[in-house]
Amino acid sequence: MNFDLSDEQKAIQSLVREFAQAEVVPRAEEMDRQEAFPYDLVKQMAELGLMGLPFPEEYGGAGADTVSYALAVMELGRADASTGITMAAHVSLGATPFYLYGTKAQKEKYLIPLAQGSMLWGFGLTEPGAGSDAANVQTKAQLREGKWIINGTKAFITNSGTDISGGSTITAVTGARPEGKPEITNLIVPQDTHGFSRSRKYKKMGWRASDTRELSFVDAEVPEENVLGARGKGLQNFLTVLDGGRISVAALSVGLSMGAYDESLKYAKERQAFGKSISKFQAIQFKLVDMLSEIEHAKNMVLKAAWEKDQGRDFAMTASFAKLYSAEVSRRVVNEAVQIHGGYGFMDEYPVSRMYRDQKINEIGEGTNEVQRMIIAKMLGL
Amino acid sequence: MKIVVTVKLVPDTNAVKRIDPATKRLVRTGVETVINPFDEYAIEAALALKEKLGGDTTVTIFTMAAESGKEVVRKALAMGADDAVMLSDAGLEGSDVWASAYAMAQALKKIGFDLIICGALAEDGNTGGLPNALSEYLGVPALTNARHIEISDAKVKAQRETDSGYQVVTGALPMLMTVTMAVGEPRYASLKGIMGAKRKTTAVMALSELGLEKAVGTGGAKTEVVEIAARPARGKARVEEAADGPAGAKIIFDFLKERKLL
Repeated sequence: MNFDLSDEQKAIQSLVREFAQAEVVPRAEEMDRQEAFPYDLVKQMAELGLMGLPFPEEYGGAGADTVSYALAVMELGRADASTGITMAAHVSLGATPFYLYGTKAQKEKYLIPLAQGSMLWGFGLTEPGAGSDAANVQTKAQLREGKWIINGTKAFITNSGTDISGGSTITAVTGARPEGKPEITNLIVPQDTHGFSRSRKYKKMGWRASDTRELSFVDAEVPEENVLGARGKGLQNFLTVLDGGRISVAALSVGLSMGAYDESLKYAKERQAFGKSISKFQAIQFKLVDMLSEIEHAKNMVLKAAWEKDQGRDFAMTASFAKLYSAEVSRRVVNEAVQIHGGYGFMDEYPVSRMYRDQKINEIGEGTNEVQRMIIAKMLGL
Repeated sequence: MKIVVTVKLVPDTNAVKRIDPATKRLVRTGVETVINPFDEYAIEAALALKEKLGGDTTVTIFTMAAESGKEVVRKALAMGADDAVMLSDAGLEGSDVWASAYAMAQALKKIGFDLIICGALAEDGNTGGLPNALSEYLGVPALTNARHIEISDAKVKAQRETDSGYQVVTGALPMLMTVTMAVGEPRYASLKGIMGAKRKTTAVMALSELGLEKAVGTGGAKTEVVEIAARPARGKARVEEAADGPAGAKIIFDFLKERKLL
C-alpha cells in the first residue's frame, strides 16, 4: 500500500495551491459580495490547463488523472468555493458527458473548446419538481421533421448563462418504453437555440460568484443529431456522470474545510484573550484537532475514490461515502471555525463567515446527504 | 540560440531555517526544497526571450545539486524550459562561491551556451557573488541586474537597474547576465507543462566528466565560515520622562547628537 502522490500529482497540487492562494484568495470576498462571475480567473485557469484537467490531450485536455483532479478541486475550494464549483462543475458535469458519450464529431465540436476552457456548458438534469427524484423528468422533446421540439424547465443549472456558456445538455422525455415507463434521452441544446432561454442569476446564500440559472424551453428546436449517447439512455448516463461528480463535490467540501481550518488556526494564534493567545486554551486546541483529524479522514476517502476511478474499478460506493462524509465534515468544520472566531466570525469581512454560507450546498448539491444514504443502502442490497 | 539558466535549489523560503553548529552549514534535510525565487525570474526572462526570438532558441536549466533535486528541477521544465543538466557529485560538498563557480564553469563549457541567465541572489546564502565569479571563469562579460533584455543578431541591449533608475548597456554574445525582479513575474507552470516535463531529459553530470584542474568542495574553497551567531537580542528600550514638550525634545536632540545623527 502506498499513500505517496506521484511527482505529477504533487506538481499539480502545488501549482494549483500557488495559483489559488495568489490569485483567488485576494478576490474571494469581493466576488462573493458582488456576485461577480470571475471571467478573468476562468481564463487563467484555462491557460493553466485546469478546465480540461482530466481529458486526453487530443481533446484539448491535460491528460492528468482523477487523483490530480481531486487535489486541484481541493486547492481551489480551499481558496474560494465559488471558483471551485465553477471549475468542478465545468469539468465533471459540463464536459464529462461529451467525453463519455459523445461521438467523435461531438467531441471535436464540444469537448475540445470545453477542455480548453474557452467555453462553459450546463448540465440540465434537475427540474423545479425533479431533484432527488431525478427520474421524474417533465421536460419533453418530440421529434418532428428531423428536429427535436423541446418544452420544459430545468432548475439550478451551473455555468449555464455566462457570457462564454455555449449551451446545456439536458434530460428530456422523448417517448415511452414498451413497458410504459418514459424514455429519457440526453439532448445537446446550444445557447442560441430559438425558444431556449435562461433566467437571471439566482440569488443564493453561498457560491454567490458562481453562475446558476433556470433554463426554459418553449418549442425550442434542435437538430435530430443533437442526441448525446444512445436514445433512451439519458437518465442512466447522467447518473453515471454524477457518480464521478461526487468525487469533485466531495473534494470541494474537503477544500472548503481546509480553508476554514487555515483561517481558524491563524486566528487562534493571533487572537489574545485572558492574557494569552487563544490557541493556548484547550477548548480551542480540541476544536482545531478535531477539525483537522476529520479533514484528514475525509481527504483520504476522496483520494481513495479518485484512485479507484483511475484504476478502472467500481468507485461508486466509495464516491458516495466520500461525498456524504466530506459534506458532513464541512458542516462541523465551518461551524467550529466561526465559533473559534467568536463575534468576528459573524462579520462579513472574515472569510469564515462566507465559508459558513458556502458550506450548506455541499450537503444538498449532487445528491443530498439523505440521497447518498439511499444510494449506499441500495448498493448494500437493503 | 542556446540560453542556459542557472538555478539553485534552496530550502523553502517560508520554512524556519536552522544552521548545523558543527558544520556551520544550513540544514537542508527535513525542509522542502524549492527553486531559489530569484532564479524563477531568470527562468521567466529566458522563456520570454525564447518566445520572442522563436526559431531554434532553446532554454536549458543548469543546477549544481544532489540528484534528489530532480523533482524540483522538473518545475522549471514544467514552466517551459527544454531540458536540464544537473551537476551532482559528493565531491562538491563544502564548495564556496569560488569553488562552485569553477566547477559550474567547467560544466557550462561542456554544455555550451550563447547566453547564461542567473538570478541576482540566492535566498539561502545571499552572497550574490556567484554570477561574477562564473563569468570570470568562463571568460565572458557579465551584464548584471538587467530589468529588460533585447537581443538581435547576437547583440544584447539591456536596461541595467541602478539605485536611481537604469542604464542602457549593450554587448555581444556570448555573455552572462543577472536579472532583477523587474524583468517580469515568473509564469505558472501549466498542467500540460507538468504532464510533458517527464518526457524532457534531465542529464546528470559527475565531476569525473569535467577534467578539473583545481580542487573543488571544501578543499577548493577560498573562504571559511569561522563563526555563526544569532542576531543579538535587542536590549531594553531606554525610557525617559520629561517635564514638558521642550524638555522631551531636548532629550531626543541630545540623544541623536550623541550618536552623530544630527
